[in-house]
Amino acid sequence: MKNTAILTLGVGAAMFATAAYAGMVDDIKKRGELICGVTTGLAGFAAPNDKGEWAGFDVDICRAVAAGVLGDSMKVKFVPTTGKSRFPTLQSGEVDMLARNTTWTFDRDVKLGFEFAGVNFYDGQGFMVRKDLGVKSALELDGATVCVATGSTTELNLGDYFRANNMKYVPVVFEKSDEIRAGYIAGRCDAYTTDRSGLAAQRSQMPNPDAHVVLPEVISKEPLGPLVRHGDNQWGDVVRWTLNVLIIAEEKGLTSANVDGMKGSTNDPEVKRLLGMEGEYGARLGLPNDWALNIIKQVGNYSETYERNIGPNTPIGLTRGVNAAWNKGGILYSPPFR
Amino acid sequence: MSQTDFGETQAVFTPKPDLPPPAITVGIIGWVRGNLLPDWFNGAMTVLALIGLYFVIPPVVNWALLDAHFVGDSRKACKPNVQIVRDQVVTQATMPDGSTMEVTTSADRIVVPEGVVPNVRWERRMVEGVVRGKGREYAKVVVEKDVVIEGACWVFVGVRFDQFIYGFYPKSERWRPTVVIGIGLLMIIYMLTDGLPHRGRVAMFLLIPFPVIAFFMFSGGVMGMPHVDNSKWGGLVLTIIISSVAITGALPLGVALALGRRSQMPIIRWFCIIVIEFFRSVPMITILFMALVVLPLFLPPGTSFDQLLRVLIGVTIFIAAYTAEVVRGGLAALPTGQYEAANALGLGYWKMMRLIILPQALRIMIPAIVSLFIGIFKDTTLVQIVGLNDLLTMVQLAVTDAQWIGLSKEGYFFCGFVFFIFCFSMSRYSMYLERKLHTGH
Repeated sequence: MKNTAILTLGVGAAMFATAAYAGMVDDIKKRGELICGVTTGLAGFAAPNDKGEWAGFDVDICRAVAAGVLGDSMKVKFVPTTGKSRFPTLQSGEVDMLARNTTWTFDRDVKLGFEFAGVNFYDGQGFMVRKDLGVKSALELDGATVCVATGSTTELNLGDYFRANNMKYVPVVFEKSDEIRAGYIAGRCDAYTTDRSGLAAQRSQMPNPDAHVVLPEVISKEPLGPLVRHGDNQWGDVVRWTLNVLIIAEEKGLTSANVDGMKGSTNDPEVKRLLGMEGEYGARLGLPNDWALNIIKQVGNYSETYERNIGPNTPIGLTRGVNAAWNKGGILYSPPFR
Repeated sequence: MSQTDFGETQAVFTPKPDLPPPAITVGIIGWVRGNLLPDWFNGAMTVLALIGLYFVIPPVVNWALLDAHFVGDSRKACKPNVQIVRDQVVTQATMPDGSTMEVTTSADRIVVPEGVVPNVRWERRMVEGVVRGKGREYAKVVVEKDVVIEGACWVFVGVRFDQFIYGFYPKSERWRPTVVIGIGLLMIIYMLTDGLPHRGRVAMFLLIPFPVIAFFMFSGGVMGMPHVDNSKWGGLVLTIIISSVAITGALPLGVALALGRRSQMPIIRWFCIIVIEFFRSVPMITILFMALVVLPLFLPPGTSFDQLLRVLIGVTIFIAAYTAEVVRGGLAALPTGQYEAANALGLGYWKMMRLIILPQALRIMIPAIVSLFIGIFKDTTLVQIVGLNDLLTMVQLAVTDAQWIGLSKEGYFFCGFVFFIFCFSMSRYSMYLERKLHTGH
């Protein structure tokens, strides 16, 4: 009797184990909903709008994955995570993926057991100046006074950048970001430096945001990207190639508006593969063959989501800078789709 | 024995009416003298407080009411509709070494476009600024310019009000939480009002069938009401759900744990001690994290155990542990004579507790328990870290929407106001209860 009980328990455990390894893609299809971890609100990246729908640059990554896997970009459950809770939440399986302004580092990739699916935003330290200063590039800041947070890596990066470019500067240091902003507004310095997305957020809180401009240079590396747990490589591939689809679509000029028309008229073999007219590329990911078509149709290409959420015409007002496509002077680059 | 007849000169004592109290001890003057200026020290404190209020109240009233924007449906309604012209002015600036020099700087001037009724106030102020002088030196300059007076943008709270209250609950179904919470509130008020009939029955209804009905109303899936996943519950409604479940669950559980801790039976006693001490010695954040992260690791994979339920259980046990210690304090405060008297009457353990001990002990504990419950109500905001969207989270999410960014003052003001109303009414009720049940031990 006792042996039978133990045996049953063993079989039970094995059954649970197989259930867990059945593959995230199938799990998500069965559930009919993608569970995506986002931030607890970051302007332009993730926040609910007046209608209660989540919107933002990170949110669009989740929506793109849902469009690819489930064919409907609205079938996403968003779980807001804080800086502290984001990694445990992903590890414990509460969310399928994180798209949460997370910097890709060695430790997070290797030690925490995550797989970064790529980079959707190259953040990094940048500069903001008053528009009427007429400065167009950080390289014109020789001799400038710069407001910066004291004792931060930001301060070190600033020193390195100016030394490397053989320029002089005078640092004006503050403790807190509010103080820096106040100092900058009061004219204590010519330029204000911190992460570019942070600069954009600070700018939108200034009395006259239009009078300031974030310069295109990025002087430190903060690659932000979506990530998944170790253990299901197919699922990691789905997220990675969803991001790549957005980037390739921009490169090939596919937009949410024209993708249906392009499907009929294109002669580009890569576009044909991408849109599922040649080969069985979707099926190899366990997805329908029109998965990329759905992504582009429902979410748009990289440029569209950028312009919609954080681009120059939004309150965030970030220029593309280094996030431009590789053939337009940026470093955004997707491996070929073949 | 001669008798003296006092008949005609009988003295009758007719008291004269009391003199009215001195004028300076009654009325407004008396109140002011008695409460505000009884001696020089308190008088000085009164003056200091008045000065403090003078610096706090007018700016707050100006910001929140007089200069505020109430009407509209987008951020535009709060933007000043006047034009700001930047004039170039030549003025004297002071260099760091004390010398002065002539500099050109800009001064804002506000122009009202034709046909526009300005929606803001502004005033001309001397504003100190810094301009770039020779080389890298900065010179101080004082310019007279128009400054727009900032007012609150309540349009933001108005537009987001539904989200603050209901979270992501679908619009067409929002009547459900409204009905449930409305009925719940009415029943609580009925139950707490003296002299109404059947208060006990209402209380029983509120305690047992009502939570079940409420759950089905919120969750749906029965009687043609569409299912609403509890990840969509949020805002003030979620705050109320969590705190009311925690409060109604923690009180009986806490009493049971307290009785168990004082029990003569070692296993029960030790079990209760372990539960109480464990949950009291870790912070609530840890409990929430455990509920979110650690519990799923112990459960067999593939079994998903609802997140809100996990949080509710965690919070309830946490609060119950604190309640248990308060109850134990109340039990310990009763004189042993009460227990001995109950024993002498031949009452058994449960009868003794129910009829003699608990009614007295609970009265002593009211202030402590209510302050515990007020604490829970505020602590529910911690559920943010496990991804539940309570009132505070909804406010924080709203102020990071690019359209409304920078309006955190308005959002937090509203949030604080709502919490104040709830906590203040709980605290007033407990004071009323204390007076009513005043026990002169």
